[in-house]
Amino acid sequence: MIDVDAISFNYPNGQTLFENFSWNVERGEAWAILGPSGCGKSTLLYLLAGLLFPTKGYIRIDGESLTRPRPKSGLILQDYGLLPWATVRQNAELGLQIRGFYGPDGTHSPREVIPSTDVNPWLLRLGLSEIADSYPAHISGGQRQRTAIARTLVLHPDLLLMDEPFSSLDAPTREGLQNLTLELQEEQNLTLIVVTHSIEEAAVLGKKILLLGRPVHRQPTIILNPHQGGEAFRKSPSYHTVCDELRVRLDEVSAV
Amino acid sequence: MKPRTTTLNLAFTILVLLLVWQIIAWLVHRAILPGPITVGKAFIHEIQGDLIEHFLVSLWRVIASMLLAIITAVPAGLVLGQSPRLNALFTPLIYLLYPIPKVVFVPIVLLFFGLGDAPKILIIFIILFFQILVLVRDQAASLRQELILSVRSLGAGRRALFRFVYLPASLPAILTALRQSIGTAVAVLYVAELFATQKGLGYYIYLNGSTLFNYPAMYVGILAMSLLGLGLYYLVDWMEKRLCKWM
Repeated sequence: MIDVDAISFNYPNGQTLFENFSWNVERGEAWAILGPSGCGKSTLLYLLAGLLFPTKGYIRIDGESLTRPRPKSGLILQDYGLLPWATVRQNAELGLQIRGFYGPDGTHSPREVIPSTDVNPWLLRLGLSEIADSYPAHISGGQRQRTAIARTLVLHPDLLLMDEPFSSLDAPTREGLQNLTLELQEEQNLTLIVVTHSIEEAAVLGKKILLLGRPVHRQPTIILNPHQGGEAFRKSPSYHTVCDELRVRLDEVSAV
Repeated sequence: MKPRTTTLNLAFTILVLLLVWQIIAWLVHRAILPGPITVGKAFIHEIQGDLIEHFLVSLWRVIASMLLAIITAVPAGLVLGQSPRLNALFTPLIYLLYPIPKVVFVPIVLLFFGLGDAPKILIIFIILFFQILVLVRDQAASLRQELILSVRSLGAGRRALFRFVYLPASLPAILTALRQSIGTAVAVLYVAELFATQKGLGYYIYLNGSTLFNYPAMYVGILAMSLLGLGLYYLVDWMEKRLCKWM
């Protein structure tokens, strides 16, 4: 589905992040991109989101080269990106309003008609119905991130990109939302790519894990995590095995 | 939280002000400072004359300047706020022009635009324009990049960003700018209405105070002008409560 084809990317200050870097993601896969801060993992996500562009090479999604954010990709950021002046319901409706604003033009919104424009089922599914008329400042961090997820899923994406989505949340809320993300990924048949600096989060969310150490990145380091899953996996011995392996491998790639 | 103004303590404050006014009037005991009762009687008398017309002319001039300033300064502020390059280009100009007391341009504007409402509206407009421009520009420039990026990822291009992000985000800045400049606007209105007009509260105050020596009527004019400013202030307050519920 995603074809990162020999890309190079430099920061404006000239520092090279990626050089001739290639990587593939198949439809329906769940990926985590794991690495220390400053390694360029968020940059890679923004490249996939069509918000940044490689200096060389191509990123193709479903065979189409990215030139702008793709209507069927959803992006969730750590700080939620909610409009402070809009209620939970209005925030959830934002993507639909933007699509209505442009009409089905194929660049800002998909050409085919969206089956449903009702946000209520999503508010209900994500436990937001009760606070639908509250403003973001008056709800918890977990509820804000649920609102951001609702806003994205209302648009029926096939690719969900998440940048440190749960890092600012407390542990129980974080685990709850990680489980929810896995449920939704399966239920909606989403391709999932989560950027994280947390080994535990990568182990829970990524069936495949892309390790990024210090730049420059030339070859992808991939760790397979076939038993990835929610609550049960978190308590299983294989979870600890994967975490240990990730810790060792992360040290290796960071030391290079 | 802003301290709340209840009807009760507002009424109490008005009462205290009237009392202080009356006491000073007694102490000064001159025709130039009549007490509130005398002025009150004059108010009832004048309101049956042409006071209302003068009031409406002044109100129209302020409202027209405000609307004109909003429809020009808001788009300009938004454009500058979301484009660092344009902002860098225009910042020195705004920096130089912003602190100039625009009221000094009254004679020049009158000279160029002559009689009628246009020069009065124009001079208040210039003052409000810069206030709104600067506040809206700073508000738009201070929007977090994450917010812009996530809205762009929902499909928003430049036009949708303006409509769904920059414009609503600038609303509190517009109202703040208006609130801050109402006092100045009414003061400049007074100065502008001293020249080349026979309508408006400024003219009315000056005529009664300096030509007719009808001091109670002059105070009626001052009272009317204060009510004009107060009314506009309440209007902005009311709009803020209606439009900025999230704050």
